Amino acid sequence: MDGREIQRASSQLSRADRLGGFKVRWAMGRMKYTIEPGLYAIGNPGGEAPVFVTANYKLSFDTLRKELGGLDGWILALDTKGINVWCAAGKGTFGTDELVRRIELTELNKVVSHRKLIVPQLGAVGVAAHEVKKRSGFSVVYGPVRAKDIKAFLEAGMTASEQMRQVRFSLYDRLVLTPVEFVMVGKKLVLIMAAFFILSGLNSKGYSTDLVLSVGSRSAANVFAAFLAGAVISPALLPLLPGRSFSFKGFCAGLVIAIVLALSQLTGGRIETVGWLFLIAALSSFAMMNFTGASTYTSLSGVKKEMTIAVPVQLTAAIIGTGLWLTSRFS
Amino acid sequence: MRKQRYIRNVATLKLEVDKCSGCGMCATVCPHRVFEVADGKAAIVDRDACMECGACSLNCPAEAITVKPGVGCAVAVFRAIFGRGKGGCDCNCCNTNE
Repeated sequence: MDGREIQRASSQLSRADRLGGFKVRWAMGRMKYTIEPGLYAIGNPGGEAPVFVTANYKLSFDTLRKELGGLDGWILALDTKGINVWCAAGKGTFGTDELVRRIELTELNKVVSHRKLIVPQLGAVGVAAHEVKKRSGFSVVYGPVRAKDIKAFLEAGMTASEQMRQVRFSLYDRLVLTPVEFVMVGKKLVLIMAAFFILSGLNSKGYSTDLVLSVGSRSAANVFAAFLAGAVISPALLPLLPGRSFSFKGFCAGLVIAIVLALSQLTGGRIETVGWLFLIAALSSFAMMNFTGASTYTSLSGVKKEMTIAVPVQLTAAIIGTGLWLTSRFS
Repeated sequence: MRKQRYIRNVATLKLEVDKCSGCGMCATVCPHRVFEVADGKAAIVDRDACMECGACSLNCPAEAITVKPGVGCAVAVFRAIFGRGKGGCDCNCCNTNE
């Protein structure tokens, strides 16, 4: 479309919109879940109606328009290559340059009579309000972090409460991210499980398919349990687990799970059991460490600091654990 | 809800109070409420809550704030080390959040 053509957007989400949202949370078609960048009308906006800026990731766009029900307004969707506002702002695609360019392309100054843009607060990572003002004449008002607070923000005369300005990481926020975690590491996880499954046939007499079925299935299940501990249980229990570093939290959760499995006699003989304690703790710690990227409060300096300690520990524990497990095959 | 806390004493955030004009933009944009403005000057009141997103520094018209911005993501750190940092982002963080 050329920039001047204004499309209508509904504030009602259809069943297809909701299904699409569900699918991307399971990592299906994420990279092409986009809408056309440009200007959209919600309700029957006139020249005085407010302008809300968002990303062209459909989940972001849908979340915004759903909250604008009953309002007349404009949505200016920036070309963020289908990435959400916060992450795109971090990469600079949701940024000053794109915002100024999109204002020009859509000739926004002819569509609205005021010179004000409501930009989501997290967009500030890529947008410099004073630069936008200088280059486009539009002043940026930072809206709330979450779209669901937009109406309250407007009613309060475009001011956000401290609550609205703070990022949270609730149980729901954390759990909604776990399915995609599964899909992302799925292949590697299956490979590790398969390796343990196949190697479990080894014994001092050669190779036994009976062992594959008994020890192999048990071993593959234990690897899967380690992953559950680090990628589902640890994120869910994040505030309750000890320590500040994610790798330590994951290590603790893994150790507890390993002990439970050992007490349930699912970890084989003595040597193998010790091996599983090391292995499950290491795998769980690693999986939880990778959850730092999904969290909303970890700094790069902090992640680097925890990794310098955690990665050598995880590697050592994994090697010891695998060594003990292999030893137990031949003893 | 109690604020979630990450590793202490690592944030690269710095504020030069002399340059600060007290506009309050840093306090507005900070997602973790690190700043407070009083008597026409901003102050860092909760440094350990800083996640180094860089919003304050970018939006400071007086250029009084510096921070080494980055994403606190272990997968991204691995990618940078193994030279795969330039490829598009396809880790979980960026495509499931709203």
